[in-house]
Amino acid sequence: MSDMYRDLILEHHRYPHNYGTLDPHDVSQEEHNPLCGDRIRLDLRIEDGKIAAVAFSGKGCAVSQAAASMLTDELVGMDVNRARDYGKDDLLELIGLPLDKNPVRLKCALLSLKAMKVGLYRYLGQQLEADDLD
Amino acid sequence: MSTIPFNVATVRGEFPILQYPVERPVVFLDSASSSQKPAAVIAALDHYYRHTNANVHRGVYQLSEQATLAFEQARQKVARFIHASSAREIVFTRNTTEAINLVAQAWGGANLRSGDVILISQMEHHSNIVPWQLIAQRTGAVLRAIPIDAQGRLVLDDLDRLLAGVKLVAVTHQSNVLGTINPVAELARRAHAVGALMLVDGAQSVPHMPVDVQALDIDFMAFSGHKMLAPTGVGVLWGRKALLDAMPPFMGGGSMIKTVTIETTTYADIPARFEAGTPMIGEAIALGAAVDYLTELGMEAVAAHEHTLAHYLLERLSDVPGLTWYGPPVGPDRAAMAAFSMVGAHPHDIAQILDSEGVAVRAGHHCTQPLHAALDLPSTVRASCYVYNDTSDIDRLVVGLAKVTKLFG
Repeated sequence: MSDMYRDLILEHHRYPHNYGTLDPHDVSQEEHNPLCGDRIRLDLRIEDGKIAAVAFSGKGCAVSQAAASMLTDELVGMDVNRARDYGKDDLLELIGLPLDKNPVRLKCALLSLKAMKVGLYRYLGQQLEADDLD
Repeated sequence: MSTIPFNVATVRGEFPILQYPVERPVVFLDSASSSQKPAAVIAALDHYYRHTNANVHRGVYQLSEQATLAFEQARQKVARFIHASSAREIVFTRNTTEAINLVAQAWGGANLRSGDVILISQMEHHSNIVPWQLIAQRTGAVLRAIPIDAQGRLVLDDLDRLLAGVKLVAVTHQSNVLGTINPVAELARRAHAVGALMLVDGAQSVPHMPVDVQALDIDFMAFSGHKMLAPTGVGVLWGRKALLDAMPPFMGGGSMIKTVTIETTTYADIPARFEAGTPMIGEAIALGAAVDYLTELGMEAVAAHEHTLAHYLLERLSDVPGLTWYGPPVGPDRAAMAAFSMVGAHPHDIAQILDSEGVAVRAGHHCTQPLHAALDLPSTVRASCYVYNDTSDIDRLVVGLAKVTKLFG
């Protein structure tokens, strides 16, 4: 079996961290994967230029859920500019999955990151280019 | 249960891709998406590019004559395969999608008026929904859909009411998710009774069963080469000659004209009128080779083989704990495919684990979001069979599903 279903991924899938919604929030963004119809909503609360709280909700495959769970752990306390620049390679390193030859599964892993970036760029009043998500 | 009238091991041996890797060849259960190709089809494509390559209907030199002859012979083979009354009723397109768009734009653009109804069904592939939405937006026509019941069959109790104001019925012959084989002859009869035309999406039926467009008494049928052992890039629109004759062009360009001045053009006769530009010559010739291959197997035999597999597939899937499959039970209206879901496991994860076990299936909405909305599921896993599959492939699938249960159950 590939690394894709190693214990850490399955653990985050079964018991996701930071699952739920935030009210009030400064950022709330939902993204969906048109390939499978999965949706992830990511909420952020921002205080003093840092991410003070984060939550995600929605349903998806183990890869998208575990990636969201690990990403939200990573985001707590992060500077918003650092979070804005957090990229695909950072996330893949974080979750430890070699998805460079799996373009379809890559989209699953990146769904929560996309929600975070789309939401943060809007919060910061900045323009997100499609290339920034690749 | 009927016996398998051809030797599956021999058939499988004729598909190069299914021989690799040698230590554990892939179990390919995604033919509803695109089939594998036998050596005879690959050889036809190779032979064309090595020995016959030239543009068609243009040169007087020998190569072009040979290419034209082979291209037109392929058209005749396709015509015979679906029992068209003439090869002139066969239009080569890129795929099923383009064939349906052709009818929607050319026939629909000329014939649909504001308030006219196009009747589709809840189980259609997006390729038999979106083209009608596009022409409806342009003409003011509206779409209506035949609902489905809990077993994934069309609900026809209310068909008379649904047919009010309908100018064209466009329904799939065989669902690419539920495996339902729809009563298209009956639908055609009812459509004609109210003066409507009948288009059939044959993408999933033509590769798997004998199809006779005249016996079905339909008006248009669209299907793809790549799902019936042929290369990608070639599909077919069949239409009744009188209807095609009366239709304006779909796209403009070379080949589809008689005379062109700067001001105006007179259009070629059918089928050339609908084949603008240099066509997919090698692919069409290879489609002819695929038709030869299927004809040699015999489509009755193919259908019997798949019926046997349908029975085995649903029986084995029914024994997997936590698994739900969709569509009608085994019977004359059930194809050898199954979309399913499993408690606690997402379709992508199921497909990924099966892949690691060497079993190729598809996960997703299979281009049928309205159907999945009716099933109240975002996505499903689909296993689909063809001529090269046997019961051992389904056994390997079930072994893979046990791993899914172990990880996620």
